[in-house]
This record gives sequence, structure tokens and C-alpha cells, in this order.
Amino acid sequence: MTVSTDALFQCLLRLGDNTLILGQRLGEWCGHAPALEEDIALANTALDLMGQTRHWLTLAGEVEGKGRSEDDLAMLRDVWDFRNVLLVEQPIRDYGHTLMRQFLFDHYHLLMLRGLSESADSRLGDIAAKSVKEVTYHAERSAELIIALGDGTEESHMRMQDALDRLFPFAGELFETDAIDEDLAQHGIAPLPSSLRPAFEAQLDIVLAEATLSKPTDSFAHKGGRTGFRHTEHLGHLLASMQWLQRAYPGAQW
Amino acid sequence: MSHRHFGSLHAPNAEMAIKNARDVYTRRNEGVSIWVVQANDIAASSPSDKGPLYEPAEDKVYRHPSFYKIPDDIGAM
Repeated sequence: MTVSTDALFQCLLRLGDNTLILGQRLGEWCGHAPALEEDIALANTALDLMGQTRHWLTLAGEVEGKGRSEDDLAMLRDVWDFRNVLLVEQPIRDYGHTLMRQFLFDHYHLLMLRGLSESADSRLGDIAAKSVKEVTYHAERSAELIIALGDGTEESHMRMQDALDRLFPFAGELFETDAIDEDLAQHGIAPLPSSLRPAFEAQLDIVLAEATLSKPTDSFAHKGGRTGFRHTEHLGHLLASMQWLQRAYPGAQW
Repeated sequence: MSHRHFGSLHAPNAEMAIKNARDVYTRRNEGVSIWVVQANDIAASSPSDKGPLYEPAEDKVYRHPSFYKIPDDIGAM
């Protein structure tokens, strides 16, 4: 028996919406980052994520079979149809928060893509194998910055710890596993998110120790993004700025 | 592999300098290898010394191998 079309479609939306929303968030720093080098590096990361988004959402549209393109899926869905985790829709706040979110997401992302590159569905496997190279670099870079700033000045340490305390409760959703994930894992399409957690925690512990940051002990996790049950209020604002042109001038091209 | 100067940037350490150089200067496939050097570690000639340093070489054409005629019996070199 093959995996259900809906499970595969949801899987691709979860992948593509994560990279789309995070890419859009990172784009907010373009021209505003604290240093030229950071500005360009973050924009590069954002473009990598947007490139991955195009592959995921194009495939999602094909799998769905209703003729929706990558652009239709990105620009013409509203909040309740998005399947990204809550972590990526959180506001950029200060640079410490932006980097901490990136660090948490990158390390999850790398593990997920490594698993996906072994997918029984070669369409997913090929996209993942291409993305792994980009995300390996993202993960290295964000870990180095977390260490540099965590183990930096009193001020930078305080800001990074503050960011970790605020964002860590959003990390749990990355590893949330539901019936769709079980279905996908059973058919060898995608790894179970929960199976990635031990490697994630191990990597987190190494980097945070070197960064002299303390991981929060409370295991409470904000959830609801990847199931579409409930997004935070931030996603609507993000979509408003991302989608307004297609909403105001439907079908506009340039 | 020949390397050439591509640009300057800020970074807290050598590893980040390589990453920043990758991000700032290789976005359009310009490179496959990066060397970074701290500005402090570069000893450079002064632009105002250009005359005494480099002009004396201008009229010394005999320093180019092409200045010399190769005798016919030497053949191709």
C-alpha cells in the first residue's frame, strides 16, 4: 500500500512552509543587519531557504493534483492553511533572537534533510540531498555565532540566554509526531520527527556548553503550527506583508 | 592554485573570516578556495614610495628575456 496523497501533500507543505516563512523572516534583516557581513550572510541563507521552498511547494502542488503552482501555494493561502512550525513565524526581535531561532531550526533542519535524503520517494530525496549542502553551512555558521555571542561579553551573553529562554519552548514542536508522520515513516518517505530529537539534544548540549548558556529545564512546548490547529498572531502580519501585492493586484507579474 | 586579493571584511576570528568571505565574495561562483589574513599581519609598501620603488625598472628592458636574440644555432627553446 502506498502512502496517502494527503499525507504526502501535508508533509511537503510542512517542509515548504517552514523554509518559506523563515526565509521571509530573514529577509526582514536585509539592509538592516548590524554588520555588512552579517547582512549578506543572512540574505544568502534566506535565498537558500527560498530556493528550497520553490522545490517543496512545486512538488506539493503536483502531488495535490489541483493545478496549484508554488506561487499559488505561497501567495494565495491564508494563515489556517499554513503548516510551518510556530518557531519560524516568531518575530525577528533583536539579532540574538534571530540567531538563536536560526540555530535551533538549522540543527533540526539538517537532521530532517539527512533523513529525507534516504527517502523511498526519490522526488523528496533529490530535493533533500541538494538542500543538505546548504543547510550544513547554515548550521555550522549559526553554531559558531551562538558560541561567540554566548561566550562573549556580559551583554551578549545576557541577550543570548534571554533568546534561548524565550525560543526553546518553540523547539518541541519540531519533533512532534502525529498520524501523518507515522504514515510517512512507515512507507520510508520521511523520518519520524521524534526520532531526530536525541541527536538534536546532543548537538544542542555541546554547543550550549561551549557558549556558556543554560538550556531551560521546562519541557513545555508551544504547538499548533505544523498541524494548522493554531498559529500565533505573528503569522498573519507576516503574510500581510509577504502576500499583499498578489492580493491587491491578483496575477501581477514582473 | 593561484590566489589573488579579493576584498576586505570584518570578523571576530579566522574561522568567521573565512565564512564571511564565502558569504560576501563567492556568491556568484567566484572562488573555490579562500585564504584570509589579518590586516595587522600584512606588511605593505607605501603608495607614496611608488616612484623610487617601481619606476627604476621601467627603462630596463634587458631584464625581459624577450630582449635577447637567440642565436639561430640554438634552435627552438
